[in-house]
Amino acid sequence: MEGLKVSDANLVVYVHPSKSKKVSEAILRELGSLLFKFSETFDGVLLAYDVNILSEVAKILPGIHPYFGVRLKAKLLLFYPKPDMILEGKVVKLGQQSIHVIVLGFSSAIITEEDIREEFIYKVKHGQEVFASTSYKQHKIKVGTIIRFLVKSFDEEILHVSGSLVPANTGCTDWLDKNLEDWSHTNRSTKKQRESEGRGEMEEHDKVTVDGKTFSLNTEHQIKKSKRRRSEDS
Amino acid sequence: MGVELATGKAGFAEMEDVNFSDSELIYHVRDALRLVPLGDTDNYNQLIGVMHHTERLTPGEVALLVTSLKALSGAVSYIDIVHHWSLLSSIFGMSMWNYGPDVMDALVELIISLAASSGKYVDSCLHMLVSNFMPPPSFLELLKHPHGIARKDQVLYHVHSALRDIADLVPLAPLKLQDIITQRMPNIFTKEPLIVLYAENMLRLESGALGEVIGSMMLIAVVDRLIDLDVEIGWDEILQDDSSKGIFEMELEDVEGTADDTEKDSDELPIECLSRKNFAGNIVAEKLDSLMVLTFEHLNSCIEGGRLIQVFETLLQSFQKTVLTAYKSKFAQFVMFYACSLDPENCGVRFAKMLADIFMGIQSPLHRMSAVAYLASYLSRAKFLSASFVAIILERLVNWCFNYCQIQDGDINPEAHRVFYSGCQAIMYVLCFRMRSMICVPHLKSRLLLMPIETILKHPLNPLKVCLPSIVEEFLRQAKAARLFTVSETFVFNDLLESELSRAFGGMERLDMFFPFDPCLLKISDRFIRPNFVYWSLVRTSYDDDDEESSSDEDIAQNYVAGGNRENIADDEIAGSFEEHEIDLDEFDYSLNKMSITPKNSLKYRFGGELRRPMQMPSRIRPSTSPESL
Repeated sequence: MEGLKVSDANLVVYVHPSKSKKVSEAILRELGSLLFKFSETFDGVLLAYDVNILSEVAKILPGIHPYFGVRLKAKLLLFYPKPDMILEGKVVKLGQQSIHVIVLGFSSAIITEEDIREEFIYKVKHGQEVFASTSYKQHKIKVGTIIRFLVKSFDEEILHVSGSLVPANTGCTDWLDKNLEDWSHTNRSTKKQRESEGRGEMEEHDKVTVDGKTFSLNTEHQIKKSKRRRSEDS
Repeated sequence: MGVELATGKAGFAEMEDVNFSDSELIYHVRDALRLVPLGDTDNYNQLIGVMHHTERLTPGEVALLVTSLKALSGAVSYIDIVHHWSLLSSIFGMSMWNYGPDVMDALVELIISLAASSGKYVDSCLHMLVSNFMPPPSFLELLKHPHGIARKDQVLYHVHSALRDIADLVPLAPLKLQDIITQRMPNIFTKEPLIVLYAENMLRLESGALGEVIGSMMLIAVVDRLIDLDVEIGWDEILQDDSSKGIFEMELEDVEGTADDTEKDSDELPIECLSRKNFAGNIVAEKLDSLMVLTFEHLNSCIEGGRLIQVFETLLQSFQKTVLTAYKSKFAQFVMFYACSLDPENCGVRFAKMLADIFMGIQSPLHRMSAVAYLASYLSRAKFLSASFVAIILERLVNWCFNYCQIQDGDINPEAHRVFYSGCQAIMYVLCFRMRSMICVPHLKSRLLLMPIETILKHPLNPLKVCLPSIVEEFLRQAKAARLFTVSETFVFNDLLESELSRAFGGMERLDMFFPFDPCLLKISDRFIRPNFVYWSLVRTSYDDDDEESSSDEDIAQNYVAGGNRENIADDEIAGSFEEHEIDLDEFDYSLNKMSITPKNSLKYRFGGELRRPMQMPSRIRPSTSPESL
């Protein structure tokens, strides 16, 4: 899954003078208040941190409240979904019009009917709602499935992802893993390469579609279609 | 579309008649939505028109509304916050209280779909659901009728299931919800049924699936509102009210320097001048009472669900932050009292220990004095605390005071040693209530005798002179009877309630006169508190039955040993007295008065009655009389 990175950050935390006896506590509290919120500075959502205070010396700000700036070196785990990244999440609700997914347990995502490629059709099987692939019998998406999907947009305030299942390399994670391996070595190597690298996913994404011929046809068709639809919508 | 388009909605109604499938309906709505930016708003306006029917819907209109809402939930991804704002605002403006269960179902489904469809709508959806916590004003009358209550249950069920579902789909929604709920919380001027209903919803969230995430916040917010209402009721209201009961006035005229204290002024008004200010008619007090009862019931449900300990931790935190720091809170603290009474072994003990810790901690003096005032009042009044536990805490207090004396030398200085004096006063106050029960159990008696109380009280800091004379006097009397220790010096207090010195250590805040758990004056809440409450009139003092004791001291001691401690006996007594009270509710207030510890400056006494027992304990909350004086 993409959209996660560890950043080394040099930070200055300004601590209120009343907290001068419990500096480390105050720093953790300050950083804690950033958790699960999108921060422009970090360009992502802070999920975890590991702090090292660089020196005991802090710069005191002149003013009515002499806040003092403590310099830190911190390792930050950030979640930064960007359009066209591939994310993974668990399906929590599924209906004809949409699939609701939760990513990493806190970020919600929705994939609407228009963003589900036509390969998948909505069915009710044994009282359970599923999106089943018409091309591959085994490829199904239902509540509880972990799926891989493409990011269309990201609402930074409530951490809401709008996603898409249009590209061929999206869908049920288990099925994709199993079948991508079966296809070709090149495929596997590109996949590994893609996983090892964090960025530049667009190029690799293209490779995947070129390598898997069946997929490439399919996706191009879908992408075109979705583009057309999008233009219609707007 | 239909032929007879007399009204806008006909188009939709007809569509249903011709049996369109669900998905066809959805496509129809989608088209209507899609056409709006292009300028074709006919169908869209019809749709909005449907949302605005609230009054007395015919079955056909209901069906139409349900269908439209369902179709909209299938088309949420086509709703655009800019182009379809009028539709959105009419959806968010709908009140579930106006509709039957079918419409509620459909509306909830739509709200959930909207919230999950895009981050933009989450806030508005939550706001909409929270606004449904309370009915529209026109509905208030109906709430008193069975079908109104049935409607309320339906609405609450739908609102809370929707909140839960949204939280399942949007994991961060509860955080937003928490802010929205606290922001929208009705202020203290809101009508009673509304504020109670809102609080009920908050507590329901606390016990529901979202409780884990936002429960503690809900509880804290409810307690905060209790405090808000509490401080709205002034002390003088209570004092006036009580004196208007016409039994006693406090003898504050005897105190020197009367003019400077406004609080006293109200006391000094002759009884006749005070109009009978009925506390029951006080709207704020009634609101507070209802909210307290709601909280008590919630705590009851918590103990049934086995999660009181967890909830109690939250209460403790909020207590430390708000109740303890509020200036002389009068009622809100009874939430703690009740929680403690539900689980004395855990919560009851925990509360006392926490208060003792604060007193011995490093907080500001006022904080510590306030804590020890709570502790003293709690240990004295809580019937569910065993004498041995009281002894343990008392021992901690005594040891702290003892250590303090060891370090300090010098003379009386009320202000410099205010924390110390408040500690001493607490010790004496607790002993006024508990001495008898302790000396009756041999090992507690020996424990009590081993405590260096005498050393503390005879220290040059001289707490006996500084603490409230009324307490000191009662304490000395009991101590003498119990042969705990005697003082050679004679203290002449002239039955003063307070003295110059006591006022000095109490400071501006008069923490010397703060007894937080004096009898609760709120009528309905009091029913919850009463069974676990020690009233002064029912306390058996060590001198109470001196005659008997001298003859059959050992017998009694044996009885107590057999019974564990004197609580059993007190139980019987108090239980007995309740029955009497239940008989005549009119006399309830009156009997309550009797039960509070009081300045014993009874009329009889003033006019030379024979009952000269100096049993004068202060109760600023309730200046009244004890039964002996009648």
